[in-house]
Amino acid sequence: MVDLRTEIAGVALRNPTMLASGFLDETGGSMGRVYQAGAGAVVTKSVGPQPREGYPNPTIVELDAGLLNAVGLPNPGVVEYEHEVKRAHAAGAVVIGSVFGKDAQEYAAVAAKMSTYGVKAIELNLSCPHAKGLGTEIAQDASAVRDFTRTVKDVVDVPVFPKLSPNVQDIATFAMAAEEGGADGIVAINTMKAMAITPELKMPSLANKYGGLSGPAIRSIGVRAVYDICEKVHVPVIGVGGVGSGRDALEYIMAGASAVQIGTAILSRGLGVFDEVVKEMASLLEEAGFHSVPEAIGVAHA
Amino acid sequence: MPRIQVVPLLEIVRETPTTMTYRFRADLGGQPGQFLMVWIPRYDELPMALSYLGGVKGITVRDYGDATHALAAFTAGDRIGVRGPYGNVFRLEGQSVLAVGGGSGMASMIAAIEAFSQQGARVVTAAGAKNAKELLFVERANAAGEVHIATDDGSRGFHGFVPALADKLLARESFQQVITCGPEKMMYAVVDLARKRGVPIQASLERYMKCGIGICDACSLDDKLVCVDGSIFTGEQLAESEDFGHFRRDKSGRRIPA
Repeated sequence: MVDLRTEIAGVALRNPTMLASGFLDETGGSMGRVYQAGAGAVVTKSVGPQPREGYPNPTIVELDAGLLNAVGLPNPGVVEYEHEVKRAHAAGAVVIGSVFGKDAQEYAAVAAKMSTYGVKAIELNLSCPHAKGLGTEIAQDASAVRDFTRTVKDVVDVPVFPKLSPNVQDIATFAMAAEEGGADGIVAINTMKAMAITPELKMPSLANKYGGLSGPAIRSIGVRAVYDICEKVHVPVIGVGGVGSGRDALEYIMAGASAVQIGTAILSRGLGVFDEVVKEMASLLEEAGFHSVPEAIGVAHA
Repeated sequence: MPRIQVVPLLEIVRETPTTMTYRFRADLGGQPGQFLMVWIPRYDELPMALSYLGGVKGITVRDYGDATHALAAFTAGDRIGVRGPYGNVFRLEGQSVLAVGGGSGMASMIAAIEAFSQQGARVVTAAGAKNAKELLFVERANAAGEVHIATDDGSRGFHGFVPALADKLLARESFQQVITCGPEKMMYAVVDLARKRGVPIQASLERYMKCGIGICDACSLDDKLVCVDGSIFTGEQLAESEDFGHFRRDKSGRRIPA
């Protein structure tokens, strides 16, 4: 039997899958349900200081090999969100709080508030590719990644995981900056900035024109990013981007990730995807002669 | 291929002073109670009830905001985007059905009323509206069975709200099933009536939606999603719900009074 328990920066997980931020995580009811369906942890919707409606529809476009979205960071604000975290906790969930703001101080204020709700870690959404004027584009500036991470680290006691953008020349540089800022782990990757056009209407398919691409289309980009990051940093990495099977998860693990996040695959496989990915991983690890997840982390670097 | 189909409108019908039907051909299925996500280019994308299921599909929607108002100005040949069908289906259980519709809620039920009748069930419809002019799909329901009418102002039929009319019908006749769609307070009352009499009920709920495909969490009802777990819920499900009749989510996800 393969032991699928894992641990990231002191956060114990029953298995190495997490719900990726932005999917079924605006409400505590849904987060609890996803946890009960098998996720090792759930990452909340990115939450900011104030309630935010997000963009008008269309906000989501289904494509051949992925999902394009520009939802625009809708969230009820960090104060209201306490109810949702409580509800998820009542359902037994291990919750990681994703936060954003317009500057480092706002990130820190939201993270500090979120950390009082009992979340096990804070994920910094530094990299939403379609929200202008918010700190979410700071993943374009390595020194800002370092400073934002440090500012948040100074005010919370739980581990801090900056989530990085793939829309940069060299993502490993940004991971090193995050590590310098005191990051306890790195989440990679956020969505790829992308666009779809509806030819019949001669216009972009999203109301926001630009969106973030997720799903199978970006998996190989994510695996490469995790591989590059793990060459340069010592903190654990959480791999995200197109994981829909145990084999996909193992690509990330062998590239160096300690855990993976799953989002878009909920569309194709339903909420059972977490349980299925875990079982598939166990079977593949066993075939390959591994006894635990940590044994397989980063083996592709050999 | 993208899941959205861009289709020209073939016909636009004003059903009531505030409710319009849009007809088009699209390569998609559709069963009673399901909905489409409808893109009104440059305005919005909204869930709308499939009111016609045949070769020429139809959606029927109340003009209640900027996007539906813009759509009301469309003419034949103008194009919309459609994707779906989404959501679950009204299921026939037994041989006699009471359908209780409030206002534009009839749009979600009319295909079920017709289908149940074609499957041999006795279908009695209680249709309610503010006034006689706002009654929707009364002729179609009448062709599928018996129709009773309630108007808030008494301009036609029973003077009062449709749950009170439904209560009279439930007292008069033993139905094997109730289906309902309309304002949530109305459905709350109808679900309560049906459950008190031990009659199985299915209710079609409405919530703000972004994705329609079960990922964005905008339409959550407790730990369920109206887009994929509904939009039709059973009386048992709704009896356990904290949100039904009391809370909905606004666009930011805040839980606010329904």
